[in-house]
Amino acid sequence: MIEEKVFATPNTPTPNRPVIFNRDACIGCNMCVDVCQMDVFIPNPEKGEPPIILYPDECWYGGCCVAMCPAPGAIRLNHPLMQRVRWKRKETGEHSRV
Amino acid sequence: MSQWQDYAQEGKALKWPYPVRYGEERKVHTDVLVLGGGIAGCWAAISAAREGAKVAIVEKGATIRSGSGGSGCDHWLNTPNPCSPITAEEIVEKEVVSNGGYTNGISRYIAARESYETLLELEKLGGKIRDTEDEFKGADFRDEETKFLFAYDYENKYMFRVWGTTFKVALYNECKRLGVEIYDRIMATSLLTEGSKHGTRVLGATGLHSRTGEFTIFQANATINCLSRHQRNWVFSTELVGNATFRPGTIVGNGHAMGWRAGAEFTQMEKTGGHGAGTGYSYPFYGTGNPFCTWVPCTMVDADGKEIPWVDRDGKVLKNVSGRTRPAPGQKFLGERERGYQWMAPHLPFDLGERIRKGEFRLPLYADLPSMSDHEQRAIWGLMVGEEAKTKIPLVKTYTESGFDPSKDLLQSYIMMRGDPLGDAFVGMVSPQERAGGEGGDAGGLLVDWDLSTTLEGLYCAGDALFAANYHYHAATTGRYAGRKAAWYAQKTAETEISRNQVEAEKMRIYTPLQRKDGLEWKELNAAICRIMQNYCGEPKSDELLQIGLIWLKDLEETALQRAYATNPHKLMRTLEVFDILTCSQMVIHASLARKASSQFLGFIRTDYPEMDPPAWHKWITIRLEEGNVRTAELPIDFWGELKKNYEKHCSS
Repeated sequence: MIEEKVFATPNTPTPNRPVIFNRDACIGCNMCVDVCQMDVFIPNPEKGEPPIILYPDECWYGGCCVAMCPAPGAIRLNHPLMQRVRWKRKETGEHSRV
Repeated sequence: MSQWQDYAQEGKALKWPYPVRYGEERKVHTDVLVLGGGIAGCWAAISAAREGAKVAIVEKGATIRSGSGGSGCDHWLNTPNPCSPITAEEIVEKEVVSNGGYTNGISRYIAARESYETLLELEKLGGKIRDTEDEFKGADFRDEETKFLFAYDYENKYMFRVWGTTFKVALYNECKRLGVEIYDRIMATSLLTEGSKHGTRVLGATGLHSRTGEFTIFQANATINCLSRHQRNWVFSTELVGNATFRPGTIVGNGHAMGWRAGAEFTQMEKTGGHGAGTGYSYPFYGTGNPFCTWVPCTMVDADGKEIPWVDRDGKVLKNVSGRTRPAPGQKFLGERERGYQWMAPHLPFDLGERIRKGEFRLPLYADLPSMSDHEQRAIWGLMVGEEAKTKIPLVKTYTESGFDPSKDLLQSYIMMRGDPLGDAFVGMVSPQERAGGEGGDAGGLLVDWDLSTTLEGLYCAGDALFAANYHYHAATTGRYAGRKAAWYAQKTAETEISRNQVEAEKMRIYTPLQRKDGLEWKELNAAICRIMQNYCGEPKSDELLQIGLIWLKDLEETALQRAYATNPHKLMRTLEVFDILTCSQMVIHASLARKASSQFLGFIRTDYPEMDPPAWHKWITIRLEEGNVRTAELPIDFWGELKKNYEKHCSS
């Protein structure tokens, strides 16, 4: 649906979304906020909600947030579109990507 | 809503979630202060605490996973051990000869002597170093008795394959158990010195909290610099900031810059290499099909499935996979990636690029994991790629969830197509102007003696901050060594009063960007530094170019940096990082001006002194700051003297 309210906003940095949270799985514990080396996240003002991605451009893609997360499936690393590696199935020749 | 722009879209601004305490002071007293809580830092802290010292770690990120090796480690290199005939002396000889003499004889020898006991100690702390579950029983690279797995040279067994994702948490827990005080999210900003003078004893450091903006004064009898080295001097992607470096983005040369300002002596700062890893747009490191490092000895094929041959040091084609991990006839042992003939490991042909251009192999190339034996396939994909830093989640987990199956799929290589982290350099496709400084292997760093003491009393150094240093095993062992040395020094030294003037001056320096209402943000400043370095300190160097480079860096310092502004503690930290990047860039140019000769080993091309590695310049060039003036000096290439004798004289108290 098209937004009715329009605001003047700057462009968002690239990549926009280094991780994807699953709201249903996230327990809002902020472990990822605590272990992120680059301090990409801040706690969500609403308790229990996934953190806010404040500095997506600073993500090192080290995956510590995912590795240390106590809630399975709550957070997924999302490679930037221009860095997604491809592969080919040996038997069929079918091409795939991250 | 999980992104800031969701709030912006609703016309809301997000409040800063942490209490803001700009300028407020906190004081910490300790015996040993460890700057940087990565691999070297944690080992230093553990080792100093075991000697009875009160220890504090200052870490910009979060110690539990910080540093280049925090997320993992695939190989523990250069380690004489009961399964191997290789000695510490042979290992250092390999390093020295392969690097044309430009290696850190002191730290490499300490590392070779203490690496095995460090590894066993790590196991006691909970690090996994053996195939205890017998996942690789019967593998070519396994010692059945000890269950150790080895990499690269299966005959000489001196480079271990390890489960490095278990290491950092184990070290962190041991720090906690020993009562080490850990100060996370604090960026060390300056060294405190006796009488606030250059070149005097180091009395601790100052720190800025990157969430609250609070100022901490750390007073210590001994300080250890474990802050790694300079990065982002030539290459900076404003869009992929964190992913633009091989080592974590927290590493920018804070330790080098503060050491320089305090008057410490550095060497090898002129060394650079081709930048394959982190131009910002490269594919993930180890995440493309390739035959290097973690991926040895993977078979590579072209678009038609035609195999690319592996060759030995004489260019002789190796007929089977087994030959890729064994010395050639007459060769004593293999290095991990040495290009020097004596220890050169099997590799793809050096003229691969040319042969692709001529049509012998059709692009794209692929890593043929499905053709590898079960042991090799799982050792490459799962163990090496999986336990190495930045590989378990970003590669194995993410690729697997996207459907990648190492038993069925050919992972694409980007060799000759741009963006292959190691392949670009292999076929000579890296930009000559976008140099790798600290991003590369051995870089410039602090000059140390056999105590791993710097030229400033009370300041020790370990890990990648050391000159001509590299690798996880080396960071661990030198950290462990420097930790005990610093603890012994601290025990016999009295606490000295720090200078209030020095504290005030530092507070003024670091908080100034907050006082401006507008100006330039840190990213543009970093990018501007990189352009100057690319233009005037890229591959072709000359006195003229370097002098112009200094003029423009100074100009940036006096104009743009005076307009730098930050609007929260996080951005203030990033701004101060860029100040340090500028300082490190100036250090590189000063060192480059002082070396008036080209050197292949240092990636150093002087168009005004084109002769490569003339014998008269086979020496170390050192730089330091004295009362605002740059002093250069030189040291004999083997200034460390007799390795065994000197190590044994210094290794114990």
